[in-house]
Amino acid sequence: MSDTADGMDPAVKQTSAELATGVDTDTILKTEGITKRFGGLTAIDDVDFDVEAGELRCLIGPNGAGKSTLLNLITGALSPSEGEVYFRGHDITEMDPHERIRRGLSIKFQVPSVYEDLTVRENVRLPIQRLASGAERDERMADALAAAGLSAKADVAASALSHGEQQQLEIGMAASLDPDLLLLDEPVAGLSVDERAEIAERITQLNEERSIAFVVIEHDTDFVAEIADHVTVLHQGETFREGSIEEIETDPEVQRIYLGGETDA
Amino acid sequence: MAPGVDLLVQFFPSFAKIVLAATGLAIIFGIMGVINLAHGEFIMVGAYATTLAYNGALGALPLVPVDPIGVLPGAVQLPAAMLTGVLVTALFGLVVERTVISGAVPNWIAERTIGRPVVKPMYDRLLDSMVATWGISLIMVQLVRNLYGNSLNGIGIPFGQFSYGNGLSISTYKLVLAGVAALVLLLLYVVFVRTDYGMRARATIQNEGMAKSLGVDTERTYMATFALGSGLAGLTGALYAPLQTIVPGMGGGFLVEAFVAVVVGGASVVVGTLLAGGLLGFVYALFANVWGTFAGRIMLLVVAILVIRFVPQGLSSLVERIRDRWAEVS
Repeated sequence: MSDTADGMDPAVKQTSAELATGVDTDTILKTEGITKRFGGLTAIDDVDFDVEAGELRCLIGPNGAGKSTLLNLITGALSPSEGEVYFRGHDITEMDPHERIRRGLSIKFQVPSVYEDLTVRENVRLPIQRLASGAERDERMADALAAAGLSAKADVAASALSHGEQQQLEIGMAASLDPDLLLLDEPVAGLSVDERAEIAERITQLNEERSIAFVVIEHDTDFVAEIADHVTVLHQGETFREGSIEEIETDPEVQRIYLGGETDA
Repeated sequence: MAPGVDLLVQFFPSFAKIVLAATGLAIIFGIMGVINLAHGEFIMVGAYATTLAYNGALGALPLVPVDPIGVLPGAVQLPAAMLTGVLVTALFGLVVERTVISGAVPNWIAERTIGRPVVKPMYDRLLDSMVATWGISLIMVQLVRNLYGNSLNGIGIPFGQFSYGNGLSISTYKLVLAGVAALVLLLLYVVFVRTDYGMRARATIQNEGMAKSLGVDTERTYMATFALGSGLAGLTGALYAPLQTIVPGMGGGFLVEAFVAVVVGGASVVVGTLLAGGLLGFVYALFANVWGTFAGRIMLLVVAILVIRFVPQGLSSLVERIRDRWAEVS
């Protein structure tokens, strides 16, 4: 007896979908020709962007390069003018944001968006309550608090946390969804050196121990050098360069766009 | 008889009416940012559904061979009719939410015919939602008048009279309603603080984008919230069906109390409604007792004006400020 209405085994069906979209099995995220226009302004222009499973990718570029817009297109907060987004081989371009999250995509916004009126424990409960109940829920909440490094402050109101701790909490909340890919928008903006080191440790730990792939938007090149496997440079809504941090750091064209000069690249 | 006892006895019905009238409106406004000007008519739907069910109308429905309320023991006929009123109003609210408030149904049709949505949801669009729900209220009143005429046969008031000395008495049922109002607030507290739905609702109020990014289906949360708010309006209609003349315009008698309570209470549904019910109930009882119901209603509006002037975020914001200051000190 077949397992699906069309007589196809589900596992085979997913592989077929992946083949149909040209996504190899290690690629968990792929955008094809994605474009976003706001009236006459093209914020993202025909960008192809791939992320491998377990990869730790940084996305850099000058202000206005389109980094946050690209993340919003991936999460579904914005709809593309053209192009498609594939996640784990499935076309998610038309999917609602919460459905993308349920498929294993997770995001931490640029501005800390923890629920200040709730306690730290209640904050981590929100993403977990859909996934587990009873003792398993309690266990997962304890894990999430530990992953955020905030077990000792579980019953404190989130409003009482420092800016850095709120960032940690939000990363812990996003990671508690058991995502395959976690998108972080400037996770260390406005943090002290110690707080940046704490966040870098959390990210690399989650990447190594739980094989979560990351796409991190960041301006701080020291932080990027500390965590990234691979770097993509966006400029004026287009993919400008891709490569290792060493290749990107020594690229004179990248240096030029960061210093504000024009480029013919 | 000490005037204090008379005032206390008069306070309970005022408190009950204000709390029960306001909770549904407060939930829909507080969580969805929708001002439901048809709230009074939702109460009217609850009262009509209860009265019709109690008078045997369910037995006249197609495919229903016998009136399900009529076959029940006498003591539970009225509660069963009231439950029918609540469910009918919640279902009616669900239809209004899907068709008008969220626009999900017209958008579903439009996407399959012209390829794009045509209606923007009314969440957090206060003025637009006021106009739309005002239109709904006009349609509802006229529709009910056309269907059922100018009035329905009422339901007798249960439980008899409660005497409290010197020949003074009050309907026991009115005192029972105060207990029901307190119970409703307690249940709402449990729902919003202890349940998964409550967590989702609180998260959606504070930051909808973040809630979505944590996998919360905010549209379903809004849908459930509107149904809950509508069901509470239906409960109010059901509970007041024995006390009111059942006419199409009866919802107007609840709307003023409901809006004043939401303004005075502020954003917190449970704390705000409790404080507003307490303050306004006392003020209404005091002035209605001395100068009559007209003076009582005028004073409700005076209190609302004073609160808007001096505590524009409502009484619940005062509680939050005190709580925050206490947290800082400790």
